[in-house]
Amino acid sequence: MVPLSWYLIVAAALFCLGLYGVLARRNSVAILMGIELMLNAVNLNLVAFWRYLAPARMSGQVFAVIVFAVAAAEAAVGLALIISLYRLRRTVVADEADLLRG
Amino acid sequence: MPLEALLWLIPFPPLAAFFVILLFTRSHRRLSHTVAIGLLAVSWLLAMVVIAGAVRTKGLAEHPIGSSVPWIPTGGTVLSIGTLVDPLGAVTLFFVAWTLLAIFIYSVGYHNFGQPRGEHDTPGLPPHGAHAKDANGTERAVPSVEPLYSRFFAFISLFAFGMLLLVVSDNLLTLFVGWEIMGLCSYLLIGFWYGKDSAKRAAVKAFLTTRVGDVFMLLGLATLYTQTGSLSYRTLFSHEVLAHLAETPSYIPGLSMAALAGLLLFMGTVGKSAQWPLHVWLPDAMEGPTPVSALIHAATMVSAGVYLIVRSFPLLTAGLEHGSSFTLSVIAFIGAFSALFAATIALAQNDIKRVLAYSTISQLGYMVAAVGIGAYVAAAFHLLTHAFFKALLFLGSGSVIHGVEHGVLHTGNHHIDPQDMFNMGGLRRRMPLTFATFLIGGLALSGFPLITAGFWSKDEILADAFGHGHLVVFLTLALAAFLTAFYTARQITLTFLGEPRTEEARHAHESVWTMTAPLVLLSVFAIAAGWVGIPEHFPGLGGLVPNWFHEFVGSTLGEVPEAVAFSAVPLLTSIGVAFAGLLLGWLVYRRVPAGAVDPVARLLGPVHSLLKSKYYFDEIYDFILIRPLRWFGETFVYQWMDRGLIDGVLHGIARLAAALGTFFRRAIDLPVINGFGDLVGASTKRAGQSLRVLQTGRVQQYLLIGLVNIVVVGALLFYLSALRP
Repeated sequence: MVPLSWYLIVAAALFCLGLYGVLARRNSVAILMGIELMLNAVNLNLVAFWRYLAPARMSGQVFAVIVFAVAAAEAAVGLALIISLYRLRRTVVADEADLLRG
Repeated sequence: MPLEALLWLIPFPPLAAFFVILLFTRSHRRLSHTVAIGLLAVSWLLAMVVIAGAVRTKGLAEHPIGSSVPWIPTGGTVLSIGTLVDPLGAVTLFFVAWTLLAIFIYSVGYHNFGQPRGEHDTPGLPPHGAHAKDANGTERAVPSVEPLYSRFFAFISLFAFGMLLLVVSDNLLTLFVGWEIMGLCSYLLIGFWYGKDSAKRAAVKAFLTTRVGDVFMLLGLATLYTQTGSLSYRTLFSHEVLAHLAETPSYIPGLSMAALAGLLLFMGTVGKSAQWPLHVWLPDAMEGPTPVSALIHAATMVSAGVYLIVRSFPLLTAGLEHGSSFTLSVIAFIGAFSALFAATIALAQNDIKRVLAYSTISQLGYMVAAVGIGAYVAAAFHLLTHAFFKALLFLGSGSVIHGVEHGVLHTGNHHIDPQDMFNMGGLRRRMPLTFATFLIGGLALSGFPLITAGFWSKDEILADAFGHGHLVVFLTLALAAFLTAFYTARQITLTFLGEPRTEEARHAHESVWTMTAPLVLLSVFAIAAGWVGIPEHFPGLGGLVPNWFHEFVGSTLGEVPEAVAFSAVPLLTSIGVAFAGLLLGWLVYRRVPAGAVDPVARLLGPVHSLLKSKYYFDEIYDFILIRPLRWFGETFVYQWMDRGLIDGVLHGIARLAAALGTFFRRAIDLPVINGFGDLVGASTKRAGQSLRVLQTGRVQQYLLIGLVNIVVVGALLFYLSALRP
C-alpha cells in the first residue's frame, strides 16, 4: 500500500504549484486557478489523513465536501468579479485593478 | 367705603395709566389720552369724595382722615407709610386735582390731536406743521400732531402719581418719594423735545439744581429720623417730640436740632420751589411743552416745596419758645428776597413764558416769606389761589403761542419767534376767549382788588407782615407787588392790546376747545378761590361769607391762629400798588410800534440789560461752580487721577504681567511643551513616510510578504521547539 507521506508530498507539490500561480501570475483568471489548486491540495491532505489515521470517522470526508462547496462558490464569485472588472476596465490583469489606489 | 380706604387709592390710577400707555397703547393716540385722562378723572373723583368728607368732618385737625401700615423695619423702629388728609392736605389735594385735570385736557389740544402728521416732524423736536388740503382743495399749512404724543401722556400720568402721592402721604418719607418722582418727571418733560440742545441742557440743569436742595432735604430727614425714630407727621409734630428737638443741641453751635432739621428741609424747598439762590433752573425749564410749564413749573411741583414748609411749620416754629427765630428769619429773608429779585428780572424778559417763570419764582417767594413771618394760613391761601391763576396764565400763554404759531404757518416766515411778546399785539380780537381768561389770570396775579382770588391771598400776606411788625418784609413784598402788577400789565398790553406788530400776529387764530375749556375752568377758580378767605373785618364785604379758609386750614396747627387785626395801611398799599402798577404798565406799553425798543430799556439803560441777563446769575454760577467742577472732573479726576494714577498703576501691572508672560513663553512654552508636541507629530509623520513604501497596493506582494513571514516564523518556531528538551 502506498504510504501516507506520498500523498502528502503530492499535495504539497500541488499546493506549491498553486501558490506559485497565485503569487506570480498577472492574469486574474490564472490567480483564481492557483487558488483552486491550493484548495484541492488541502482536500487531498484531508482525504489522505482520514483514510490513514481515522477511517472510522466521517469528519475528514465531510471537510473535503465543504471545501468543494466553498471552492465552487468562490470560483463563481471570483469569475463574476473578473468579468465585471473586464467589462469596466477591458483588462483582467490584477495589477491594473487599482481604482482604490490613492 | 370708608374715606381712609379711598385715600389710599387716590395716587394709583395715574400710575396704572403710565404703565398701560407705555406698555400697550403707545401707538394709539386717542386710546393713550383717553386712558390718561380717564384714570386721572378717577383720581379726581376719589379726591373730591375725600375732600367732601373731610370738609364735613368736625374737628378734622384733631382726627384727620388716614391710616398707616408698617413698611420697613429698621432695627428697633419701623418706618411706616400711610395716608393722611387734614385741612391743609384737603386744600392742597383740591387744587392739585383740579389743575391736573384741566392741564391733562389742555394737553390734548396743545399737542394738536386730530391734526395730520407733519412731513418733516421727527420725535424729540416740536412739530413743524403739515400741509393739508381744505374743503376747497387748496393746500394750506396746518399744525401737525406731536410725534411723541402718547409718551407725553405717560409722563404726565407718572407725574400726577408723584404729586398725589406727596399730597396724601402722612410722613416725610413717602413725601420725599413723591417729591423725587416729580423731579424725575420734571427732567423727562423739560427734555421732552430732546432733539433741541437747549431743552437737553435745561433738563440737566433743572435736575442737578433741584438735586442740591434734595440732598439737604434728605439730610434733614435723616436728622429727624435719628433724633425721633419716626418720620410720620403726627409723631414728629407732637408737642413732646418738638420740645425734645428744640432742646437738643445740634452739631452746629447755637442751633437746636429742630432749627437744623428745619433749615435742611427748607433747603429742599429752595431747590424745588426755585428760590434764590437755586432759582436758576426754573426759567430754563420753560423749554418744555407749555402744559408742563403750567403743571409742573407753576401749579403743582414747585408748590410742593411750599407745601413742605407749610406742612413742617410746627417744626420751624419749635425753637420760638426758646427765643430762637433764626430758621424763620432765614426763610423770611430768602422768600422776600426771591419775591423782589425775580419780579425785577421779569420786567425785562420778552419771552411770554419766561416772564411767567420769573413771576412764579416771585410768587413762591411770597409764600415762603409768609411762612417765614409765621403767616402760615396766608401762605397756604396764596398757594391755593396761585396754583389756579398761574396755571391759567401758563395755559393762556400756551394758547397765545399756539395762535402766533398758526400765524407763522400762515406766512411761512419761520424766523419769527412765536414766544416773543414784541412780535405780538392786538391778539384780543383774534383770540377773544384766551384774552378774557388771560386777563382774569393776569389781574389775579397782580392782585386786582375785590374780584380776583390773588388779591385776597396777597392782601392777607401783606396784612400779616404788617400786623406782626415785619416792616422790612412788608415793604419788600409791597414793592414786589407793584413790580408784579407792572410786568403783568406789560405782558397783557404787549400781547393782547394795541395793534398787531407782525403779520404773524395779524393771522393768529383762537385755539381749539380742548385748550380753551380748561382756561375757562381755571379762570372760574382764579376768581372764586379767593372768596373762601375774605377776612372778617374787611370793610363792606367782611362777614358776608365766613372766613372759612382761615378757620379750616388754621385748625391744622391745633388752635386757630388769631386773625390779624384789620388795618387800612396794608389794604390801601395792596390796592394802591396793584392799580399803580397796572396803570403804569399799560401807559408805558400801550403804543409800542413794531421793531421798537422796550421803553423801559431806554429809561433804565444799563440796569435794564442787567435785568435782562438775569443779574448774570447763570454766568456767575458758570464761573464759580460749573467751570471749577468741570476742571475738577475732566482734568483732575479724569486726566490726572483716573488716567494718570489709577490707569498708570494698572498699566504697570499689565506691563509686568506681559513681560512675565513673554518670558514664560520663550523659556518654557515654546521649547518644552511645543517642542514635545511637535516632536511627537513629526516623528509619527516620518515613521509613516518611511513605512509608506511597503504599502504598494499589490495583493500579490502582500501575499509574498505574508508567505515569507510564515516561513520565517515557522522556521523559527520549529527551530525553537527543537531546542527544547
